[in-house]
Amino acid sequence: MTAEEWYRADRLPHIYCAGCGNGTVINCTLAAVEELGWRREETVFISGIGCSSRAPGYILTDSLHTTHGRALAFATGVKLANPGLNVVVFTGDGDLAAIGGNHFIHACRRNVDMTVVCMNNMIYGMTGGQGSPTTPPGAFSTTTPYGSGEPAFDLAELAIAAGANYVARWTSYHVKELVKAIAAGMRTPGLSFVEVMTQCPTNYGRHNRLRRVSDMIEYLRTHALLVQKKERLVQEGKTVPDEMFTVGELVRRNRPAMGVRR
Amino acid sequence: MMEIMEGSHAVAEIVKYCRPQVIAAYPITPQTHIVEALAQMVANCEIDAEYITVESEFSALSACLGASAAGSRVYSATTSQGLALMFEVCFNVAGMRQPVVMSIANRSLGAPLSIWNDQQDSISLRDSGWIQLYAEDNQEAADLHLIAYRVCEDHSVLLPAFVCFDGFILSHTYEPVDMPTQEEVDGYLPPFVPYQRLDAKDPLSMGMYATPEYYMEFRYEIDRAMQRAKQVLVRAGTEFSEQFGRDYTGLVEGYRLDGADTALVAMGSICGTVKDAVDEMRDAGKKVGLLKIRTFRPFPAPEIADALRDVGTVAVLDKNISLGNSGAVGTEVKAALYGSGIRVLDYIIGLGGRDVRKEDIAKIVDLAEKGEGDMFYGLRTEVL
Repeated sequence: MTAEEWYRADRLPHIYCAGCGNGTVINCTLAAVEELGWRREETVFISGIGCSSRAPGYILTDSLHTTHGRALAFATGVKLANPGLNVVVFTGDGDLAAIGGNHFIHACRRNVDMTVVCMNNMIYGMTGGQGSPTTPPGAFSTTTPYGSGEPAFDLAELAIAAGANYVARWTSYHVKELVKAIAAGMRTPGLSFVEVMTQCPTNYGRHNRLRRVSDMIEYLRTHALLVQKKERLVQEGKTVPDEMFTVGELVRRNRPAMGVRR
Repeated sequence: MMEIMEGSHAVAEIVKYCRPQVIAAYPITPQTHIVEALAQMVANCEIDAEYITVESEFSALSACLGASAAGSRVYSATTSQGLALMFEVCFNVAGMRQPVVMSIANRSLGAPLSIWNDQQDSISLRDSGWIQLYAEDNQEAADLHLIAYRVCEDHSVLLPAFVCFDGFILSHTYEPVDMPTQEEVDGYLPPFVPYQRLDAKDPLSMGMYATPEYYMEFRYEIDRAMQRAKQVLVRAGTEFSEQFGRDYTGLVEGYRLDGADTALVAMGSICGTVKDAVDEMRDAGKKVGLLKIRTFRPFPAPEIADALRDVGTVAVLDKNISLGNSGAVGTEVKAALYGSGIRVLDYIIGLGGRDVRKEDIAKIVDLAEKGEGDMFYGLRTEVL
């Protein structure tokens, strides 16, 4: 099955704003599904609440659109009840890092065999642009009108610390790399976490002098620092700029995992 | 001063004048405009308050409980799934007798997911020990916050309150609102004086274990406080009427009930539609009236029985359903009128944002007069 055949044409047009990065992330995920040759009857997409979590509604297979932040707990139940299923969770920064933070660390700790794709747009997009736990310090949002005063979470580092077997981060600009990373995650037994820095021009860019979609993608491209390059900078004793985030495959390991198909 | 205001902004504005010291809330549609506006006010130093951008509704109400226990006037707002997530904390706030005031922009509960209005969210927490007030319009939504703080913080009550107003129908609608000044609000709502608070110099523990020898007495005390809240609500409403000229003296409010054969009973914004429908039916010679329930908790059973004593038929409009039984308001009105001989029929309406129009109200009256009721009204049978 090709990626295109996984789409539910009857659900179009989608609800995403013009220029939203979520479509890119869904497309890359389905390209990875195509690469792995997964079949509809053995694949489940699960999501929580938010713009990211609308994704399973556009995909023609079984899905659970669950409560805010709890997708991983529901997904754990699905996977353990039927380890034969390929389980993919779509989530966002508000869903995963805020209200669902506890489920995130425990799913990583248990290393449940599933692939978690997080669309991190650094804002609560669906409710209109409130500050989330990944809103960068100083960034404007409707609840931080003069700039966020709190530090932001590094979700990939959190997943690594909590025990996920595969962790990668890319952006909506890096589509080829993203497809490869998601596919690699899907092949890795245990929890695979792929964080995608993505643009929300409507509710993030608009408040942060990144009004055009291309401005936001350019921001993501220029702030992404390849992990190998970062390590080189560190080795050379050079400073890594605070506003940069690492991209690349950040961890691949073989901790004991739960729910792996025998 | 009279202003054209969105319901959410009217609530945010009045909350500002109530001088909360700690605000903690999480974004959720259709409540978000309230806390966005308050975040802006705090950032602009228009309110001397801490605004906590918490990570969930559970944390929002937990932070409010902590801040209230430490002696602050606190505020939060939520709806639907957010309120459902607060379920555990709600019982704790009431049990620890903290006078938290929280706005509920009423919305239905999933699944299936719906962001539209009904009153299932707050009504599902009717047994939690929170006072529940329901607003008909944006003016009432704003005014009830002043009354709620007055009543909750009264040392004979010390209970939390929901101020409920219908999501989207009021929260996102612009209406004229007579907004009082800070001085006028200060004249009505004195600074919060905690009955007791966490103080290291005089330590106390809240929420500790109550063994079977004590637990029932704690629950009894909360219930007694709820009963006392009725009189305090009437007193606070009367003083409000004297100062601001808007009448909130009653826990319920009758509309054209004199000589009515049939009375509709409803809560929230639907009352505006019902009043228009009643006017049209009265013009057509039908003896119909409305009893609006403003205070759902404490439940004003004697007041309802008194207001409806002369009618023959009562049609209760319920924007909620206690699945497996019937609407919550209908059930309680039936209990309030038990033994009176008045026929009470319940209609489940407007769930998940289904529109209820004047002609629907007229049809419900016709059904009630024929004795047909205790039903879902307006089902699309073609999709069942």
